[in-house]
Amino acid sequence: MACAMLSTRGIVDVSDPPLLQIRGLSISYPSERGAIGALRGIDLELAAGECLSVVGESGSGKTQLLLAILGLSAPSAQVRGSIRHRGQELVGMRAAQLNRIRGKRIGMVFQDPMTALNPYLHVGAQITEVLRQHEGVRGRAAEQRAIELLESLHMPEAAQRMRQYPHELSGGMRQRAMIAIALIARPEILLADEPSTALDVTVQAQVLSLFRELRERTGTAIVLVTHDLGVTAELADRVAVMYAGRVVEQADVRTLFESPRHPYTEALQASIPRTDAALPTHLPSIAGTSPDPAALPPGCAFAPRCLYRLPVCQMNPPALIESTAAHWKACHYDGVLGKIRGDAA
Amino acid sequence: MRPTHGFWRQAFERLRRQRMSVAAGLVLTAIALACLLIPMLSSSDYYTPHYEYLSRTPTLAGGHWLGTDPLGRDMLLRVMWGCRISLAIGITASLISVLIGVAWGAIAGYAGGATDSSMMRAVDILYSVPYVPFVIVLTLLFGRQVWLLFVAIGLVSWLDIARIVRGQTLALKQREFIEAARVSGTHGAAMITRHIVPNLIGIVIVYATLTIPTVILFEALLSFLGLGVQSPLASLGSLVADGASEMQSHPHLLIIPAVFLALITYCFNYLGDGLRDAFDPRDR
Repeated sequence: MACAMLSTRGIVDVSDPPLLQIRGLSISYPSERGAIGALRGIDLELAAGECLSVVGESGSGKTQLLLAILGLSAPSAQVRGSIRHRGQELVGMRAAQLNRIRGKRIGMVFQDPMTALNPYLHVGAQITEVLRQHEGVRGRAAEQRAIELLESLHMPEAAQRMRQYPHELSGGMRQRAMIAIALIARPEILLADEPSTALDVTVQAQVLSLFRELRERTGTAIVLVTHDLGVTAELADRVAVMYAGRVVEQADVRTLFESPRHPYTEALQASIPRTDAALPTHLPSIAGTSPDPAALPPGCAFAPRCLYRLPVCQMNPPALIESTAAHWKACHYDGVLGKIRGDAA
Repeated sequence: MRPTHGFWRQAFERLRRQRMSVAAGLVLTAIALACLLIPMLSSSDYYTPHYEYLSRTPTLAGGHWLGTDPLGRDMLLRVMWGCRISLAIGITASLISVLIGVAWGAIAGYAGGATDSSMMRAVDILYSVPYVPFVIVLTLLFGRQVWLLFVAIGLVSWLDIARIVRGQTLALKQREFIEAARVSGTHGAAMITRHIVPNLIGIVIVYATLTIPTVILFEALLSFLGLGVQSPLASLGSLVADGASEMQSHPHLLIIPAVFLALITYCFNYLGDGLRDAFDPRDR
């Protein structure tokens, strides 16, 4: 009802709402030292069939963002702002309604398939469970669909794997099973929380090509959370860089990699060793540590580590503005970047 | 293709490596078979008095291998009947307590919050009820029936299981696969029956095995006090009680049922220990 009211005021464009629209999303946790902000005003959008990569270091709030989309923030979390799925508000939605969206419209793949699979249930039972939950499909029909999906995910001997336990599978097979659970109900959005981080490098490559194949074949939109810029470059259409609970830069993947506009993005890129150049004498890293979320600086959260720091940066947090077409950044500094590359050379 | 090593088979394999537990299991199986078969195959019965041979000592000659009691009833048959009743009470009451305890603990632990607190406070209150007088009152109210004994003991022994299951459920709830199941829309009863309870099976089986001897001893206590199984039916407890009054003149009447009682409880404890190790998945 709230949704209808808002739409008559013209705030939401009901005619063609985006697949996923996040506006001013903030999550904070009460603590003895006051509220700790895990997310501080996130604006993001996801179009159908698109792959959006959310990049940032540990603690920047990437996983919090994914769980908030599914309404699974910790009970103590205070969630403000709006998350709309096809115009439908997810923040504050009743659990019974959310349960019809979880797994059915929005699926999620976890980082570590070993801990995210139930050790006491056959892999097949865990996949078909989603079908029973959402579509009432059970028995042989459900099994058949699960086997077909596993085969399309290149699971070797799919029919036999259905009857095995997670610990009997290799890491790559487990992640395929995990992906199958997320995909079996044919969701239109797939949330992937560092889907390749816990895997061997060779298996990582397989999983990434699986995601690419998936997009081409089914047109599922993907939100790919990662701290690995290589993974982002491989898969994403668009990239949002997060720092200390905020999006600091957002652009399509080419633009972001070729001409980053935020010092943090530049620093992130510079800290990846290049294989096409001579090895540097020391691996570049970003000086300092990510800020304590309980004691954020009053201005830009990145200012203490920033090479381009201006006096204003320590006073006012910069807003996320569209600096050039479809290239958003939250930074007071408007000059040319390149200090880091210059230093390295 | 590698053969599938199911959860049960792995547990069984690990159990098999523990000699003492296997021996305990075999002894229990032998006693169970004996107490089922011997009364069936015997031409005599456990309740008809035979005044021509009272209180015979055990002998291989004459057909009464374990002697007779002061009413001339064959001790072998009475002890086998005692084992039957004691095992039946032990197993039934344990099943009842496991069913109630698992359901109660899993629901409380999974629901959390006010539901959890009120359910567990109810358990605390029941804990504080002195249960021997409670069962005594029950038997006095409803008469001395064997089935009542089953239910009464089952009703008081689920509290421990409920607490353990709740604790385990709280720990399980933090595991990522529960969150992963939640992410795909699983909730409520399906979450408890499909994800929580299967992960409790190991500990529940172990605990059930360890509850059986406790229950058997509790029944023995009640029967010893004259509140349990009524004559001519016998349980190991009532046989020990009867034997105790004759221990000066005919010690075998006390020793034989006492040995069986000790053997059964000891074997169940050993089996329970073995199962605990066998079901511990860290011991792969």
